[in-house]
Amino acid sequence: MQTPAPLADYVRATSVADAIAQLEKYGEDARLVAGGHSLIPMMRLRLARPEALIDINDLDELKSIKVEGNEIVVGAMVRHREVLDSPLLFEHYPIFRECEKVIADPVVRNRGSVGGSYCQADPSEDLSALGSALRGSVVIQNSTGTRTVPMREFHFGPYMTQVGDGEILTEVRFPIRPGAGSAYEKVERRVGDWAVASVGTFVVVKNGVVEDCGIGLAAVGAEHFCVPAAEEFLIGKAPTEENLEQAAAMAAEGCNPSSDQRGPADYKKHLAKELTLRALRRSVQSSQGA
Amino acid sequence: MTAVEEAPLSPAGNPIGFGNMKRVEDQRFIRGEGNYVDDVNLPGMLHSAILRSPYAHARIKSIDTSAAEALPGVVAVITGKTLEGIPRPSLLGDNFAWMPTLSYDTQAVLATDKVRFQGQEVAFVIANDRYIAKDAVELIDVDYEQLEPVMDAKKAMEPDAPVIRDDKGQTDNSITDVHGHKTWESGNAIGTAEAIAQAEADPNCVVVTQEIMYPRVHPAPMETCGSVSYLDKVTGQLTMYTTSQAPHAHRTVYAMVAGLPEHKIRIISPDVGGGFGNKVGVYPGYVLSVIGTIVTGKPVKWMEDRGENLMSTSFARDYHMTGTIAATKEGKILAVDVDVLADHGAFNGVAQPTNYPAGFFHIFSGSYDYPHAHCKVTPVYTNKAPGGVAYACSFRITEAVYLIERLVDCLAAELNMDPAELRLKNLLRPEQFPYTSPTGWEYDSGEYEKTMRVAMEIAGYDELRKEQEEKRARGEYMGIGFSFFTEGVGAGPRKDMDILGLGMADGIELRVHPTGKAVLRLSVQSQGQAHETTYAQIVAHELGINPEDIEVVHGDTDQTPFGLGTYGSRSTPVSGAAAAVVSRKVKERARQVAAAALECSPDDLEWELGRWYVKGDKERGKTITEIALLSHGSLELPEGVEGHLDATAVYNPPNLTYPYGCYICVVDVDPGTGQVKVRRFIAVDDCGTRINPMVVEGQVHGGLADGIGMALMEVIAFDEDGNNLGGSFMDYLLPTSMECPTYELGETVTPSPHHPIGAKGVGESATVGSPPAVVNAVMDALAPFGVRHADMPLTPANVWRAIQGNPIRVDMAVE
Ligand SMILES: Cc1cc2nc3c(=O)[nH]c(=O)nc-3n(C[C@H](O)[C@H](O)[C@H](O)COP(=O)(O)OP(=O)(O)OC[C@H]3O[C@@H](n4cnc5c(N)ncnc54)[C@H](O)[C@@H]3O)c2cc1C
Repeated sequence: MQTPAPLADYVRATSVADAIAQLEKYGEDARLVAGGHSLIPMMRLRLARPEALIDINDLDELKSIKVEGNEIVVGAMVRHREVLDSPLLFEHYPIFRECEKVIADPVVRNRGSVGGSYCQADPSEDLSALGSALRGSVVIQNSTGTRTVPMREFHFGPYMTQVGDGEILTEVRFPIRPGAGSAYEKVERRVGDWAVASVGTFVVVKNGVVEDCGIGLAAVGAEHFCVPAAEEFLIGKAPTEENLEQAAAMAAEGCNPSSDQRGPADYKKHLAKELTLRALRRSVQSSQGA
Repeated sequence: MTAVEEAPLSPAGNPIGFGNMKRVEDQRFIRGEGNYVDDVNLPGMLHSAILRSPYAHARIKSIDTSAAEALPGVVAVITGKTLEGIPRPSLLGDNFAWMPTLSYDTQAVLATDKVRFQGQEVAFVIANDRYIAKDAVELIDVDYEQLEPVMDAKKAMEPDAPVIRDDKGQTDNSITDVHGHKTWESGNAIGTAEAIAQAEADPNCVVVTQEIMYPRVHPAPMETCGSVSYLDKVTGQLTMYTTSQAPHAHRTVYAMVAGLPEHKIRIISPDVGGGFGNKVGVYPGYVLSVIGTIVTGKPVKWMEDRGENLMSTSFARDYHMTGTIAATKEGKILAVDVDVLADHGAFNGVAQPTNYPAGFFHIFSGSYDYPHAHCKVTPVYTNKAPGGVAYACSFRITEAVYLIERLVDCLAAELNMDPAELRLKNLLRPEQFPYTSPTGWEYDSGEYEKTMRVAMEIAGYDELRKEQEEKRARGEYMGIGFSFFTEGVGAGPRKDMDILGLGMADGIELRVHPTGKAVLRLSVQSQGQAHETTYAQIVAHELGINPEDIEVVHGDTDQTPFGLGTYGSRSTPVSGAAAAVVSRKVKERARQVAAAALECSPDDLEWELGRWYVKGDKERGKTITEIALLSHGSLELPEGVEGHLDATAVYNPPNLTYPYGCYICVVDVDPGTGQVKVRRFIAVDDCGTRINPMVVEGQVHGGLADGIGMALMEVIAFDEDGNNLGGSFMDYLLPTSMECPTYELGETVTPSPHHPIGAKGVGESATVGSPPAVVNAVMDALAPFGVRHADMPLTPANVWRAIQGNPIRVDMAVE
């Protein structure tokens, strides 16, 4: 059995304000715990050694999925499982279901949360590819108020985000795009494994041309999980196989994967292209204007 | 002696003999009421943790334990130096810093001079709880001088390679076995070389050579290794609860190491959560828990975590093989020659019979009829964890089967011949049994073609080939892979086989109480093989006692007779035979008693299940239950008849048993991503008589999952610096139900002629037989790309790279 390092304190926050107050009280050695499916394993391996854990599992205000204006708002404590099952998310973007289906396994999905996934900021995090593709934004709160940060500015790098000490991510927002088609593609060595590479896309086709599109990539060293040049290339063009291929090639061009036991860099680069192409094709097919 | 006889049912609905019966042990397992070593908590028990080396190769300059010792709750900190100071009154060395391995090498209990693999044991902390023990481990300060590690077996024998075993005065990384050999050969070198040379010169023949690696994998049992040891200072009795597949063998090893008599040592293996060979060897952690109780006077528990299990305990395989196969253009195999580089890690700790330093690899000539075979195995030290020959391999038959089955497919590709046809052309024929292989093994029985035809029938082979052709035309890639394997299991005849001088015969005891209920005491140790169920069935089959009335006792050296334990599929061939033999002794004693009771000569009695009766007068008889009571009662017994029915036996197998089978795997490969989907898996096993078909199928299911795992995802690779890249379940991938199809099983039954009930071992058949079927299927799918071979594991990356003509070197860090 793995044995975590000593933990001085564990508190259950009663509200977002309380969570922030607790974070301030314990300072930089405190960590929020949501689903605990990234943090607890790291603690057991003694890779993370927080002094205090502030548990946000009781915060019902962070648990809803709803529409506000022309955005879908997903609370930080919404579980993977709820994203997977949400008819609302599926109706607007099938990519949510496709993506969640290939995140971890049912046990992890029952506990792991949206907020935890974004804040963990693993370079292979699937929801990060999805969020970047859809050009969502996150809402961060501290004792002085809230701010909204575009997903494509949220990550500083692997495991580093805009969430500072004494701050909590409260929700994630996704713009609604009527008629959008979307898809998610992932290659993993085994079900439940992290991605060797994964790509999520959405495409809005109007009058035979791509009016809008987004491409998000995880695990392949794409800065902010995206390659905007590939999107810019495609917008305004007909979604022909040739153009999709060109966009996919450009997406791969913008990636800088590293070799590891999941695969060598040349393979991951190939996957970036192959999976982008496959996701784009299916997004185009399912776009209502297509 | 056939499996088809339907056994009558007991009042509880169980077969009084062979047939499907629910596993007795599942009553507790499915309720979470199993009792494993980590469930053992003795009064006053202390806990422990091991400090392990972060480096693969480094000199230890100094160890400072003062901060750890000062931590409240720490009871003792033990280093290699401490152990050097504990004298050991035994033949096997004079102190406790080193211990013998199962291959007559030495292994450090705690490193004194150097660390030789990442994860090696450096210091041992004993504390009031496991958390404090782990905290204290972090406070130990070791000053290492890093040395260049040897991670690539192919470079281990280069002249400038760093020397790993300087402790033994070595000047290179060669391994010398107890017989003084540095290479292990088998078969006819000259005849094989000549046959291959002739084939090369003959335009009607082909010769194919292929480098084939079986990479290092790990057994990864669900329960990791551990022990709770307690030395009672008053009685001098050492009690040890431990994760052992071989409690008696362990006891004798401890007795030899510690210079204690066996009766002062009691080994208890409670429920064991999977072994697969991982729990055959004696690990430093076990020894340290014993030293811990000697030092503290309290019980000491040691239980490793997952990472420790994966990084430091017995691995399996790590064979770099080069095979050459010669055949006529019509597909008649002529000869096979194999050259192997065997990576044994830092200490030669493989578990195998003394006379078989390469295990039973020499059975590589396989299931085919050809005259010339030869192999040469060269073992080397590397800076990797020791152990080996673990993981359901029937002593390296896994490697042997993989080699020959891959070679046959490479030959089929060269000849452009259907691999099924090629196999059918060369399979041994029924009339050749008992068959002596070109490397000297005597296969006991087999009807190979029949088994293969059953598998092809289930698969619908011709249809599959049609489907494949249609798919290829559409640019879809499916593959069909065969494997036909023969194992030699049930080690073994004591004249040939021993481990550390301990012969491989098994003792057994059967007690029949006055009420006719019975207790069978076994030396073998179940780790999931359902011994409590199947051994009761053997006794039931022989004596007609209801299986639910037979208690099977195992896993406690104080309660069971001596024997060498469970691994290499040896339980059924050896102890299973012993169970039948001891039952027959009881039956014979019962006959004497029945004769006295029926006032006739024993020769006038005839047996039907559970009853002796007078020949020609079926009504006049006594059931085994009646006889049991009579044998303990006041019945006057003739001179020389002892009374009671209890008996003991020791079974020395005359030969191994040779189970075999034909497996067919169907895969779909996505060439754009390299992903492999195992769509179908057909497994037809012939393990002779099936005691409990349901248990056999369970063993096969598990083994197939193992095989799919090894073929597609499992590997322990190392980077150049010596880091183990498979030290957690994030990195060492085990297959899930999602990667395994619904298996399609079949059977043929060809009993072993020399086994009392005709049974052969089956525990490892599927693990041995399935990897080549999966790999052959993937290679078949990739044939249009000109791919003939890629090493396991066939991860998506490796498959894609193989298509690009640039497969991955699987035992090193991916580049
Ligand atoms: C076996 C396994 C397989 C997995 N496979 C995948 C996979 O294939 N793809 C994938 O994308 N993910 C995978 N994951 C990760 C999974 O999605 C995690 O649940 C997720 O990364 C973290 O969510 P959590 O709620 O468990 O976060 P926690 O572990 O509770 O927290 C993670 C980090 O985020 C911080 N945090 C949590 N919530 C907030 C908040 N609201 N505001 C600020 N900081 C916060 C915590 O302090 C901590 O530092 C896997 C995990 C496991 C265990």
